[in-house]
Parts: sequence; C-alpha cells; structure tokens
Amino acid sequence: MPDLAVVHGRSPSFYAVFDRKEDGDPGQTHYCPGCGHGILTKLLAEAIDALGIQDRTVLVSPVGCSVFGYEYLDVGNIQAAHGRAPAVATAVKRSRPDSIVISYQGDGDLAAIGTAEIIHAANRGEAITVIFVNNAIYGMTGGQMAPTTLVGERSTTTPWGRDPTVHGYPIRVCELLATLEAPVHIERVGLGSNRQIMAAARAVRRAIDNQVRGLGFSVVEVLSPCPTIWGLDPVEAQTFVRDTMPRTFPLGILRDRTATAVPRPPLPSPPDPAELPGILGLDGATAGTTGGRAGGPRHAGADHRIVAAGFGGQGVQVLGEVLAEAGLSAGYHVAWLPSYGPQMRSGTSNCHVRLCGGAVDSPLVSRPTALVALNQPSLRAFLPRMEPGTLVLFNADAVPPDGLPRGLRIGAVPATAIADRLGSPRAANMVMLGALLEATGMLAPGVVEATLQRMVTDPAWRDLDLAALRAGQRAARRALPATCLHRTAILGAPGPPGPGPRPS
Amino acid sequence: MGAQLIKGNEAVVKAALLAGCRGFYGYPITPASEITESAARYLPLVGGVFVQAESEVAAINMLYGGAAAGVRVMTASSGPGISLMQEGFSYLAGAELPCVVVDMMRGGPGLGSIGPEQADYFQIVKGGGHGSYRNLVLAPASVQELVDLTVLAFDLADRYRNPVVVLADGSVGQMMEPAAFPAPRPVPEPPPWAILGTAATRTNLVNSIHLDPDRLERHVRTLEAKYRRAEQREPRWDGWRTEDAEVVLVGYGMAGRVLRAAVEAARRRGIRAGLLRPLTLYPFPTAEIRRLAATVRAFGVVEMSTGQLIEDVRLALEGRRPVELHTRLGGNIPTTEEVLDFVAEKLAGAGAGLEVPAHA
Repeated sequence: MPDLAVVHGRSPSFYAVFDRKEDGDPGQTHYCPGCGHGILTKLLAEAIDALGIQDRTVLVSPVGCSVFGYEYLDVGNIQAAHGRAPAVATAVKRSRPDSIVISYQGDGDLAAIGTAEIIHAANRGEAITVIFVNNAIYGMTGGQMAPTTLVGERSTTTPWGRDPTVHGYPIRVCELLATLEAPVHIERVGLGSNRQIMAAARAVRRAIDNQVRGLGFSVVEVLSPCPTIWGLDPVEAQTFVRDTMPRTFPLGILRDRTATAVPRPPLPSPPDPAELPGILGLDGATAGTTGGRAGGPRHAGADHRIVAAGFGGQGVQVLGEVLAEAGLSAGYHVAWLPSYGPQMRSGTSNCHVRLCGGAVDSPLVSRPTALVALNQPSLRAFLPRMEPGTLVLFNADAVPPDGLPRGLRIGAVPATAIADRLGSPRAANMVMLGALLEATGMLAPGVVEATLQRMVTDPAWRDLDLAALRAGQRAARRALPATCLHRTAILGAPGPPGPGPRPS
Repeated sequence: MGAQLIKGNEAVVKAALLAGCRGFYGYPITPASEITESAARYLPLVGGVFVQAESEVAAINMLYGGAAAGVRVMTASSGPGISLMQEGFSYLAGAELPCVVVDMMRGGPGLGSIGPEQADYFQIVKGGGHGSYRNLVLAPASVQELVDLTVLAFDLADRYRNPVVVLADGSVGQMMEPAAFPAPRPVPEPPPWAILGTAATRTNLVNSIHLDPDRLERHVRTLEAKYRRAEQREPRWDGWRTEDAEVVLVGYGMAGRVLRAAVEAARRRGIRAGLLRPLTLYPFPTAEIRRLAATVRAFGVVEMSTGQLIEDVRLALEGRRPVELHTRLGGNIPTTEEVLDFVAEKLAGAGAGLEVPAHA
C-alpha cells in the first residue's frame, strides 16, 4: 500500500461539480457545515485514487445522510434500501469479483434496521469494505435516537435523554462484529482532531486495500460529528467526538487477520452452454439433444386415475413416482401430485397419479379409478369418495367385514407380510404396485421393472423392489377376487372410457 | 428430443439456468425450498452465484445487487417470504432492475399452512410495495408451463427492466410431470446501464431517489408508459372451447387445470362451457374477456382465495355480464365435480335476460 500523504486539493475521484444533485447548489455537498461526512468522503476519494481503483470501485449508498454518496464520488454507484447495502454489496462483489465494493452506511442504517444484513455479510466473510459512520444520532430524519446514541444524550425521541433502563445502551458495532470469525479487519477511528483524521485516513485506505488484495470482510467505524443535530458549533462538535465519544466507543484496531487471511478462491470458469443439458441431467429432454420420452397415441382414450395412500414412510410417494415414470416410458401422458399440505399433517401421506392417453387436464384425482391403501386409516379416509366400480387394493390379510360402500371392486393384498418375508416391510409399496399392475393391466410389468432398474441405484434395494413387484403380481393372481382383475373401465365417473381388458 | 418426468420446483431452476440465469439468492420456505436447494446444487456447476440469504429481505436486496451488476438473477419463496420482499420489489421497479421471482403460494394469512392457495394475488399482481409500480406476473399451470414461462420471465424482465413474478400455487411446484426444455442460451452480455466495476460503466448509476418533484413525476410517467406498453403487447392466455361458449370459467394455475376438466364435464351435461385461463395476470387479458363478453352470457371465476382474481375479471367486464365466484381455501384444491355443480347451479341460467348477439 502506498504511504499516506496529505493531499491538498480535490482528488480525481471526487466530482468537481455535483451535477447529480437535484436541489441546491451543485458546487456544494448536501452535508451541513462541520459534518464528518464531508471529511470522510474526501478520505474515501483519496484512498481510491491512491490505490488506483477508481474504475473498479462500486459505491453502495443506502438510506440516511449517506444516501447521496453517488453525487460526490466519481465511481460506479448503486443507491440501496435502508439497511440493505451489505446484501446489495454481497451480490455485486460475488457477481463481479474484480470490482471493489464499498458499502457506506450510517448508524441507523447499519446498527438498527440493517443489523441482520451487516452481521451476515460479515459472518460470510464477504470480500467487501464497509465504512460505518457513527454520529450517535439519526441525522437525515431530524435527530431521533440511534442505536449508538450515548447514555443521557437527548434526541427528539429521547427528550429527557437516553435512559438505559428504558432504551438500552449504545451498541458497540465493532465489538459485536469481532465476535465473528470471518472478518479480517475491524477498526474504529474518529474525526475529532487532525491526528484522529490522519488515523482514519490510514484505516479507510487499509480496509479498501484489503479488498484489492483479495482478502475478506473489512469494516471501519468512523466516529463523526453532527453539529446541526447535536446543537453544537463545528468546533464543539469535533471536540465532542475527540473527547467524549471514545469513552463509549474506544478507538483502535479490534481485529487484524490480514496477515493470515486466505483469499476466496475464484469462481471456476463457466462451462460452454452446450454442456448445460448434461450438467443439469437433461440429456434427451432439451432441444437439440436426442433420447427422452413423450406421450404418444398408443393409449388413446385411456384415463387411469390412481390414488395411493398410507402412513408417512410406507413409500406411497415412491410408488406413485415409479408408476408415473413407467407410464411415461410406456407412452402415457402422466402427472404425479403428492400430498404435502393439510393431508400431511394428519400423519397420512398420499399421492395422485394420472396415466392418460391424451393431455392430462387436472393432476388432481377427485374420482379415482383405483385406490391403493397401505393402511386402514387411508382406506377409511378415501372410501367415502369412491364411486361404484372403483378398484380398491388394501394392504391386509382380509378386507374389513363392515362399513364398506357397495359396488366397489375391493381386494386384500398382505403386502407388508409379503415384503417382510422378502427382506424388509419397506418394500410393501412395490408389492402393492405389482398387485395394481396385475389387477389393471395398465402397464406391462417389464416397463415397470426397467423403470426400477433405472431409478433404484442401490443394488440390494433394487433386487428387493423387483422381487416385491413380482410377488405382488403373484399375490394378486392368487388372492384377489375375479371382480378386481383385468378390468379398468371407468364406471360412473366423467371422462372418456378406459382402455378395456388387457390384451392377452 | 423427448420429455423428462421432473418436479416443478426442480424444473424451474433448470429452465432458469438454460435461460442464462447466473445468480440465485434465496431463503428456504415450504413449499418452495426445493427451488433454493436445486439452485444451491446447480448454480456453482455452471459458473453462477448461489447465496443462502439470512432472510427474504436480504435475498431480494441481493437480487437488486446482482441485477445492478448486469446478471440474470432469481429468487423463490412463498407467501410469508414474499410479504417480506415487498420493499425490494418497489426498489427494483423504481431503479428499473430486471429480476425473476418465483412465488409458490401457500395458505394464509399469517403462518396459514403449507398447502396450496392463490391468495398472494393481490400482493403480487396489484403490488404490495409502495409507489406506482407493477410486477409483470406469469401464471403456469403445469411443469411444462413452469419451464416455458420461467424462460419468458427472464426475457420480459430484461425487455421491461422490471421484476417479473412466476406465480403458482404450491402444488404446481410439488407435482411431477413430463417437461421438455429449451436449448441452452449463452449468458447475455451485461446491459449497458449495469455497473460492473469497469471504466466503461463507471459513470452508471442505479438509483430510485428523485427529490425534485418534476424529475420524480417524469420518472414515474416513464414507468407508467412502460406498463401501458406491456398491457398492449404482453397479455397471454389459454382459451379452451370459448368459440361457442355461453358460460366461460376463468381461473389460473392449478384451479385452471381443474376448470379444463370441468368444461368437458359440463359439455357432457349439455352446458356450453368454455375456459379462459390467464397466463399473464399482469398485464391481464382484459381485451380477450371483453371480446368474449360479446357472446358469453355469464362468467364464473374459480380461485383458491376469497375473491382476488375476480376483481380483474369484473374490471374487464365493467358490468357487461354477471360474474359468479367459487373458491376453495386452506390447501384444498377445487374438484371437477364441485366446479360442475357451481356451473350448473350458478351459471347455467345466469345472464339469461341479457341481450347476447347471435354467434357469428
């Protein structure tokens, strides 16, 4: 870093005329006489010029007296919402890592409304520089209490002075941020004397240089006079900063890990756009690639509306997903809608699957052609909605003897017991799927087996699922009443007729 | 090329990346969390930026920063998180920054539920932030539309330099359907107004403050003219069997899907029903509804909120035709059967006394 030299005159990064000002004299800043912002803006401009980064610098100015930073500094400028500058700066820096991003914030902005943003930007170790102007008051809105207002200090919202028993104590931001591991440089300086101003100039320059060197988060808190709101003349205000404020906000370096900080690694170079389908797992489903599957005319008129239901953990969602995947492979138009809302709260899980010959109108199944119930609560919950002729497969040794609507085609499949014998009761969902295939003939079992081969990566589970699927088909042939088998016509519900009996 | 069975919340991220999105800033919330999780997984693989923000407030302001830096950026959330983002929408619109926000709506008000609802309509379509601004709002009803409209959202955001919201009830993000994806696009060059930390962009300014009354009025008039232009050019909708319809159902998202089934069911009962499913909620397909009003006796609005969409339908009709409302709430999705009952009871005889010109 170049040695600090006193600069007399205007730095090139400080606009000569403030053309962006919309009111008042373009030859003067909007800051009051004796305000610390004017000094600090000059120090910033000098630091930017000394480091040779004018073109690279992006200043983020949020709400407060700092909001008009863009009127004075001849760098890239972004005005931001109250308190949000560290979030804005985070994204600018990450998007354009070669830029030098400076977040220039007051005390109401950073220490009150923007507390979350500053803590988390610091905690992530964002490689930005924060200049925090602490004048212990809300200046722009006319003198309300700031989080940094001193004990006993009067403001328009503490007319009898700040009372710690009512308003709490001033927040020491640097000490707060120094509890975090990531920041590399935390320092508090003042603008209360020429000596303090020289120290401030060095701190500001170092905090920006840290960023130039690719190091992490740096913050400089600057104790700054606000004579207008404080009701003091400029000399009195500067004396207050020099003598009184440091009693609450001690000056000095609270953190310096610049010697050991490791620069954040650069982003890997982006892949060629042509590689994206492969990276995103979309080969065959992206324009210009080949493969993939789509619904075709093979199942004209078909309309299978399946509801699978059970306890959470019984695998009903997976059952539905396998069915939809296999349906797509077989040329159906498909949709799979899981329960995730109110139904999930009652401890049961269900999903709706549609396999149609044409475009699926609604993924919601209100009148199923088949219900696969893995437990009794699901059976009881859905039975009242079943229309006569609906296929119902129930995971049990026997169909409950009472309380069933008339006209259902209902059969019991002891899926959990079968799966348990095969190795795990968790394969009961595949037993039920096998039974469903056998009963409806909606899909060739080979298509479902191929789907499982593709979807289940663990070989042990894959073998178990395949065995369970086949056992389910056998159990259906053996145990289901004849009314349950090989009939998929849709009875009593709107919609085109089903595909009819399975071709032999 | 074929299609892939894919969950809506995953498809939206992949579509965004194919469209050139390279920045995602998000905060998890059910039922949109898989969007943030997919973004965390894929953004780094394509040279993009992913940050899990500390709040939705921070996330939307990160979008502000990323957009200001000339990157196609996106976030996703649901009702409560979207409420927190409203400040940011206003600043983004005010500073004319493009971004895409996905809102997978859940039940409200307050904590409500995680089930699907459509009650963010007002805060998204009418604007929940301060000032005279609008969001452009797209309403997908399927995973394929989620893909297509997400890609469109980025183009509209850039074209109008304005936030674009992809608005769907949570079930659209949760369901799996086959979807085909567009070819990957190269990442667009940063727009000339962006701030890149370079000599060429040093004099650029991203800003929404204008203290001079005439300057602010001029600025807001510019935004207004932009929205009028969008109203002329961008309304999109899906019409189904409206040519000879005496009653037309209006609904978007999942409700719109159910309405299509209900239209078929109503026709089997001899009721000449049709469907108008808006794909853009702002700008609203007002002209199309007015055109239909010339031949349609009555309109029926079905929504998963207590009557938000219906206000735009009424505004479009300006009292020309009766409008009836059917709603479901709390995570419940209307069924084909109940919509059919609604049509038969409330709409089949409605507007019978009104003079309707013969079908041309």
